[in-house]
Amino acid sequence: MKAFKYLSPKTIEEAIAFHGQHSETAKYMGGGTDVIVKVKEGWMEPDFLISLKKIKGLCELHKNDATGELSIGAMVTHATLEKSLMIQNEYPIIYDAVSNIGSLQVRNVGTIGGNLINAVPSADGAIPLIALDGVALLHGPDGERSVEVKDLFIEPYKTILKPGELLKKITIPPPAPHTGSAYIKFGRRAAMELPLIGIGVLLTLEDDLKTCAKARICLGVAAPTPMRAFDAEKFLAGKEINEEILIEAGKIAADESKVRDSVRGKAWHRKEMIRVHVRRMGLKCIEIIKNNR
Amino acid sequence: MTTNISFLLNGDKISYEIKDHWTLLHLLREEMGLIGTKEGCGNGECGACTVIVDKLAVNSCLYLAIDVDGASIETIEGLASTNGTLHPLQQSFVDKGGIQCGFCSPGMIMSSKALLDENPRANHEQIKHALAGNICRCTGYVQILESVEAARDKGGQNE
Repeated sequence: MKAFKYLSPKTIEEAIAFHGQHSETAKYMGGGTDVIVKVKEGWMEPDFLISLKKIKGLCELHKNDATGELSIGAMVTHATLEKSLMIQNEYPIIYDAVSNIGSLQVRNVGTIGGNLINAVPSADGAIPLIALDGVALLHGPDGERSVEVKDLFIEPYKTILKPGELLKKITIPPPAPHTGSAYIKFGRRAAMELPLIGIGVLLTLEDDLKTCAKARICLGVAAPTPMRAFDAEKFLAGKEINEEILIEAGKIAADESKVRDSVRGKAWHRKEMIRVHVRRMGLKCIEIIKNNR
Repeated sequence: MTTNISFLLNGDKISYEIKDHWTLLHLLREEMGLIGTKEGCGNGECGACTVIVDKLAVNSCLYLAIDVDGASIETIEGLASTNGTLHPLQQSFVDKGGIQCGFCSPGMIMSSKALLDENPRANHEQIKHALAGNICRCTGYVQILESVEAARDKGGQNE
């Protein structure tokens, strides 16, 4: 592996200053499960690796009981999310997604922030955060700014982050009552696999527990970046949710997806799986809502 | 670009001058001669290089040596007692045929140890989930899962 100097700032300001000094030759690193592979393979050739591991506060996973807002530090590992009972119980869509990223060895080290910033089309971590209307807090040389997670991605491997800017945390607004959410990573095998397609659905029902107050349908590997199926979401809003309606929403979502053929799967297969799993995940949401009542 | 780090390795206090870009796997195998930990893919896909850092199973091929400063590391070399008695997991793998060529075994056993240390009563599904990142090309996994379950049922004691 190419030699580099390892820098370990204690604060965000110090990290940004390091980046400022070395700009083009420096890279930020979270858990390193993607960055180290890239350096080993020669796809990335930094002279300085700025590790974010020692920065206080970036590892915090916290739910504010007063406001109901969930805050996930960028350096929170997938395993920390997976093992959190609060995540398992209140944010099942996050659990569904992070519990199948890579392997346990990768999840013990890899971070949610790294998963987002790596910006692969298949990023399992991004789909639930988009479905939950997550907001990313960025910090750079010019200070802080917020952007919705759905707007973070420009193209494969490219985010809106400016040079020197880093992701601090993701906040999730309090979920409305009667909300259910679910994600499936659909692939050929259960373990150590990138999804052929990733489907996340979130439904909020009115007090009658029938009418759809809000729908989120988010797809991974369905376009160059994680996407929301806005047409399908609009179709569901205000309708009484049943299996037929969810089947229709699945068709709409498949039609508005921009799936393509790749070495791992064909476009037609991906479309079929969107249809099938929008329905299944929708039904799972309803079940979660009924169980929580 | 060298740094002095200190860590616990299988309970022994170690200080080492390392290069910043060394992986933990490189430090263990190439510098310290601890070749029980294997390098398979080198990219975090196969789990052959699994070691335990601060109670968590990690791929040592993707873990920088510099990041173990102050940490406690367990490798396969630390499992058997000094008189040669195998750790219950090791004995189970031998007894139940969880080993064929043996290349994946150190990683399998370290992943299993991290799991059983955290959850001594892990069920079949939890064992499968914890071992999903360890690839074996010989056994078809059945005997490996049986080996871990047998070690769990013995409660960490050899018979």
